[in-house]
Amino acid sequence: MNQTQTIHTTSSVSSTKMLQAMVGIGIMCALMIVLTFEGTKSRIAHNKAEALEKAIFKVIPGMVKKRTYQLNENSSFDTIRSEIKDASLVYAGYDENDQLVGMAIEASGIGFADIIRILYGYNPETQKIVGFYVLESKETPGLGDKIEKDENFLSNFSALDVTLVEDLSAIKNEIIPVKQGAKENPWEVDGITGATISSRSIGNILSESTSHWVPLIYKNRRSFDIKK
Amino acid sequence: MSNHSENKNSTGFFESLKEHPSTDEFIKGLWRDNPVFVQVLGMCPVLAVSNTAENALAMGLATAFVLLMSNILVSSLRNFIPKQVRIASYILIIATFVTITDYVIQAISVDLHKSLGAFISLIVVNCLILSRAEAFASKNTIGKSILDALGMGLGFTFALFCLGAVRELFGNGSLFGLSLFSDNFQEWIVMILPAGGFFTLAIWLLIFNAAKERKLKT
Repeated sequence: MNQTQTIHTTSSVSSTKMLQAMVGIGIMCALMIVLTFEGTKSRIAHNKAEALEKAIFKVIPGMVKKRTYQLNENSSFDTIRSEIKDASLVYAGYDENDQLVGMAIEASGIGFADIIRILYGYNPETQKIVGFYVLESKETPGLGDKIEKDENFLSNFSALDVTLVEDLSAIKNEIIPVKQGAKENPWEVDGITGATISSRSIGNILSESTSHWVPLIYKNRRSFDIKK
Repeated sequence: MSNHSENKNSTGFFESLKEHPSTDEFIKGLWRDNPVFVQVLGMCPVLAVSNTAENALAMGLATAFVLLMSNILVSSLRNFIPKQVRIASYILIIATFVTITDYVIQAISVDLHKSLGAFISLIVVNCLILSRAEAFASKNTIGKSILDALGMGLGFTFALFCLGAVRELFGNGSLFGLSLFSDNFQEWIVMILPAGGFFTLAIWLLIFNAAKERKLKT
């Protein structure tokens, strides 16, 4: 009885102290995080822009020159000179002869752990996805992160069919993720065993993004030509 | 004083340092109580991120930084934090420095951040850091805690580097990305794979324990 009494008094006495300690440390930690965030913000943005630039050259084979376009209200594209951070940007890649070799489009969606940000290359001439790169993911190391490394999975994106229907309003066969080894048609994304959710997310992100962007880009494909 | 410096010359640098009780806090983490080879703590990053020397070094230094900063803070607040909420407070402090490290690594290089991936966030649950906060920093002065953190942090980095260098050397034929062998070199892919981490760690543990046993016998 006596022992219970003592325990009770000590804990009630120090509860203000506990609160003080936790709140005090919480505020201090929050301050430190905010200061670091503010201090590194511009540098991180610069690094990310650089990484995106590199990734664009990876997803469009044979490109040597880049131009950035922005989608306007009339569903056509304008060139922009300055780099604005915006969701409605697409990047056009050209070869040595200023011929359009592909468009790079950024897309994102929820994966297994967090949002996955990807970049893919689309060639309007062949109407195919020609390249794919994971910009940001926090998928489980060793399992989900196979979406970045698995060669069989990545080979899906060397020629993924996104041909449009006759009136150019939609994609004939939307991209669908299938189980590993079950790919039969050129618009299917072969999944990864052991990374089912992550690989399926990629398929879904691509399907959603292509059904929005591909008809727009294809209709306006002449507006990306350099000599006009 | 002159006697002491003579002594230093005759017994070697490490031996002379051992005589000071405060430098012992530093030396113990590097060798005698090495967090990886002796205490076998923090195995998740040790096995997973040690596939190249560069990754291993970056991961080791990131962990050492978090360890150092959390040790300093825990030690300086040790009379302020009530016993009942100490673990929660330590986790909060550790998580803060991990977040800071995450931002700093992103600011240094996006590629490095990508190759370390989710493991940076996982420093929070590295039992090495919490165990040093609980077992050492909460009971000792700031000065001693700094020495302890530096020793343990560098010991951890050293161990990770030992693994990373060996794995990269055999698995990739290179060190810090520089190719060391001729093109005829056949890479041991297994060394880059998770299994290679276990093999390499086992061999290092074997060497360390053999050395320790030999020292005990003499």
